[in-house]
Amino acid sequence: MREDTIAAIATAAGEGGIGIVRISGENALDILKKIFEPASKSIKNRMLSYGHIINPENGKIIDEVMSVYMKGPHSYTAEDVVEIQCHGSSVSLRKILELALKNGARLAERGEFTKRAFLNGRLDLSQAEAVIDLIKAKTDRTFDVAMNQLEGIFSDRIRKIRENLVDILVNLTVNIDYPDEDIEEITYEKLEADIYSVERNIRKLLDTADTGRIIREGLRVSIVGKPNVGKSSLMNALIGQSRAIVTDIPGTTRDTIEESISIRNIPVVLTDTAGIHSTDDLIEQIGIEKSKEAFNNSDLVILMIDASSALEEEDFEIIRHTGDRRVIVLLNKQDKGSEVHKDEIHIKIPGAVVIESSVTQGDGISRLEDEIENMVYGGQVSQGENLLVTNVRHKNLLEEGKKCLEDALEMVRIREPLEFIEIDVNRCYEAMGEIIGETATSDIIDKVFERFCLGK
Amino acid sequence: MENIFMDKYDIIVVGAGHAGCEAALAAARMGKKTLMFSINLEAIAMMPCNPSIGGTGKGHLVREIDAMGGEMGINIDKTFLQSKMLNTAKGPAVHSLRAQADKNRYHVEMKKTIETTANLDMKQGEVVELIVEEGRVKGVITKTNTRYDAEAVILATGTFLGGKIFIGSSAFESGPNGLAPAKQLSDSLRKNGIMLRRFKTGTPARCLGSSLDYSKMQEQKGDEKTVPFSFMNDEIGENKVPCWLTYTNEETHKVIRENFHRSALFGGQIEGIGPRYCPSIEDKVNRFADKERHQLFIEPEGLDTDEMYIQGMSSSLPEDVQRDFYKTIPGLENLRIVRPAYAIEYDCIDPQDLKLNLESRKIENLFCAGQFNGSSGYEEAAAQGLMAGINAALKISGKKPLVLGRNEAYIGVLIDDLVTKGTNEPYRIMTSRAEYRLVLRQDNADLRLTEKGYEIGLASKERYERYLRKKENVEKESARLTETTFAPGEVNDFLKNHGTSPVQGRVSMAELLKRPQISYSDLAEIDNDSRPQLSYHEVTQLEVQIKYEGYIQKQLTQIERFRRLEDKALPQDMNYDCVEGLRIEAAQKLNQLRPESVGQASRISGVSPADINVLLVYLEKKRRSKN
Repeated sequence: MREDTIAAIATAAGEGGIGIVRISGENALDILKKIFEPASKSIKNRMLSYGHIINPENGKIIDEVMSVYMKGPHSYTAEDVVEIQCHGSSVSLRKILELALKNGARLAERGEFTKRAFLNGRLDLSQAEAVIDLIKAKTDRTFDVAMNQLEGIFSDRIRKIRENLVDILVNLTVNIDYPDEDIEEITYEKLEADIYSVERNIRKLLDTADTGRIIREGLRVSIVGKPNVGKSSLMNALIGQSRAIVTDIPGTTRDTIEESISIRNIPVVLTDTAGIHSTDDLIEQIGIEKSKEAFNNSDLVILMIDASSALEEEDFEIIRHTGDRRVIVLLNKQDKGSEVHKDEIHIKIPGAVVIESSVTQGDGISRLEDEIENMVYGGQVSQGENLLVTNVRHKNLLEEGKKCLEDALEMVRIREPLEFIEIDVNRCYEAMGEIIGETATSDIIDKVFERFCLGK
Repeated sequence: MENIFMDKYDIIVVGAGHAGCEAALAAARMGKKTLMFSINLEAIAMMPCNPSIGGTGKGHLVREIDAMGGEMGINIDKTFLQSKMLNTAKGPAVHSLRAQADKNRYHVEMKKTIETTANLDMKQGEVVELIVEEGRVKGVITKTNTRYDAEAVILATGTFLGGKIFIGSSAFESGPNGLAPAKQLSDSLRKNGIMLRRFKTGTPARCLGSSLDYSKMQEQKGDEKTVPFSFMNDEIGENKVPCWLTYTNEETHKVIRENFHRSALFGGQIEGIGPRYCPSIEDKVNRFADKERHQLFIEPEGLDTDEMYIQGMSSSLPEDVQRDFYKTIPGLENLRIVRPAYAIEYDCIDPQDLKLNLESRKIENLFCAGQFNGSSGYEEAAAQGLMAGINAALKISGKKPLVLGRNEAYIGVLIDDLVTKGTNEPYRIMTSRAEYRLVLRQDNADLRLTEKGYEIGLASKERYERYLRKKENVEKESARLTETTFAPGEVNDFLKNHGTSPVQGRVSMAELLKRPQISYSDLAEIDNDSRPQLSYHEVTQLEVQIKYEGYIQKQLTQIERFRRLEDKALPQDMNYDCVEGLRIEAAQKLNQLRPESVGQASRISGVSPADINVLLVYLEKKRRSKN
């Protein structure tokens, strides 16, 4: 039985140093070849191969990974399976998954790998019940989700988009099926304007996918500052327990430490970076590279400055690095002195929020939390109402819908027949329906008769 | 009273309308000794409503019926008055043929075919009782107490069954067009556990053409080049008569509005459900109050009569109101009505009580077709009649049923919609009901279906050979067009003359044909090679296949995916209550409707994608525990 190719993150969220993205189906190997550059030139069946995940659109390296290709039927699902082992951070996993989806895979439903494994004869009968439980769990969950208020706003938007699509489809349908009736003929100009307007609304929703991610995965906050300025202490204070190693020796924090926490109910992924400074220590160099990467991916930067001594070249270098990022500056170690004045910082980073703190004494922490909350809900990082697209499946379907409308628009422009255009608009309508679980198709025909006076 | 045994047949068809005729012809042509009953033999293939065959979606059905070896296409080609290909401004998938029919000749020609078909008898008589023994149909009893035995019975009773006509406040039992209704059969069906319901339809008035002023109307001509319905015909001759277009106005609507209360429809006398796409004029004026005018077509009923059909103006208002509102219309001021408009209500079943082969779930070997199944339209009826005839013949031969998929034919869409989804109003086919419209075209119905028709012994050898020839000619010519290439210098003048851009490198004729500005006949100008003589059907096929190759290919891929669930059969004796993980609502629906495949199950309302996954797992489990 030929099935489409599915992909998903196979490891549990938020755990483990290594994460796995699994792809199953007849295009698994093709997809791997598109996004993976092996160090050795070939990918062999059932052999681990080292290399990089590359975004084929821009050649950018996403992560350094090990991947394995298992030709069906000798695999978990008995289909061709690819597994990509990457760093366990959710960022890396998500990016690799998105690449796989962009390059031809469909996001797997809950339990779908297991279901395929069973249907293809890989699991024994005793496991069939477990498969059914998985499928059932999915149904139950769908019902819960409607309770969520943000989801409510999101579904309203999707419903609105569907209404607009129905209008277009009704007009197309009546024009195609009732050529003899006394009704207004649809023009390509109107069709183009109507489709474009829906496409724009889908695009707007997709733009919120990133802010939506903040709610799902957390606001990415990195703490930067020269060595021994108190970054680990701040992290510990925010976490409320000691996890990072804290010493007085500069450069002790050798790797980025990622921690998922909640600040005023906002999920935050906090990254404590190794001091960004030049060093000969190889391990520390790796740490510094990682810091820079985490820094580049962050939504918000907390820049720590030692207020007890005057600004140094190293501080200036870090300030230059922040670029146009949103920054909160902590003038730390107020208990030891205040050599650095707020105004100095305002001149260097206009618009930055500056807080005087003494982290080890617990001063300034709650002010910092206030500011983070303000930024998220006050519309600086993102606007609350826009936190809509929180789910890769939704994002995917929106992308698919957008693509359909783009294809439809292209056909409108070259004046292809209406029934071809209808197919793409209809597919978009279905995709939007899949997002909110409404898949009835008779509503278009109902609307045709509701709106138009037709018949003998 | 004692019934007198008269005769024994393989198959008995009750009703001789468009469904009954196709059913009887199909069964007889497949070698079954067949008897077709009609209350009146003058009602054979009668067209009690509009005098036309085809239209969007419906034209597709006629082509499919023809491709399988049915009669409707051939009969309308013999008797058409005017032919028109609709939707030509749109793409080939929705081009739809429609022909005005000479009603009387349509009836006469069909009757002649029935009379001359081997294995087929016809009989005037009213069937009043179904003989059912141990859940299986055994024959019928007529009003004159005669008994006919049969292995299978096909019900195609149309609007005759429990027929009741409404005109204003008067209501009376009647079949269509003033013919006698079938009054007793409904009771016999109910006694045998068949649930009936009431549907309604209507027809406008007929008037004399000599009383109309055509100078106030717009003439509607047929196509210059007429096109046959049947794949067996290459030429059908000229159009014979025009139709006429005119409009209602505020005055018309005023008369109607003032008399709403006198309509049977609003008076509450009619209990049946009418189709939304076929509203009466009072319904149109009521529901679309802001519409300033409604169009109507004046269509000839035949060459041997002056009667004209007023399309778009069906009504159940009293005769005086009919006269008054018709007369407000430009060109109709002096009209003389010869048959008033009426609404008609009739008994029909819920098609969800049928299997996909159109056999009743309740009574074995009882097949059903046409309006009796809740559809509307001559073409929809004929399509079901054909399939009921085929499947009755297959069943009593102990052969597998022939069920056309939604990906194979509009006939498949029609029957699957009726049986799987049911309908709350008389069902009409529309191209938008088909998921795979680009593949289910009227031009390729023979390529899709003739082989199937031939395999079951319905399509004739002659038809099959024509199909093979067409297929081969199209393939050969398609290959030649792909292989024959030109240098830019050889074609750029030609391209310029046809208003399309020149080429840089060598180009094949097939690539040129893909351009919207270039037709196959245009290519003759540059075609030096031995160009074959192709028929109309062949040229159309060639052009569509080449021009729309990309889109068609895309849809074929979708079909392949669709078929995965369609091909997974569900056992008919399954108890869905015992399937662990199925939601209660789904289990109830599945127990009631007993889908034949997982694909069909997925189209039942109330069955979710998760339920389908549970079914797949269950089936696999069962398969393995058997091994």
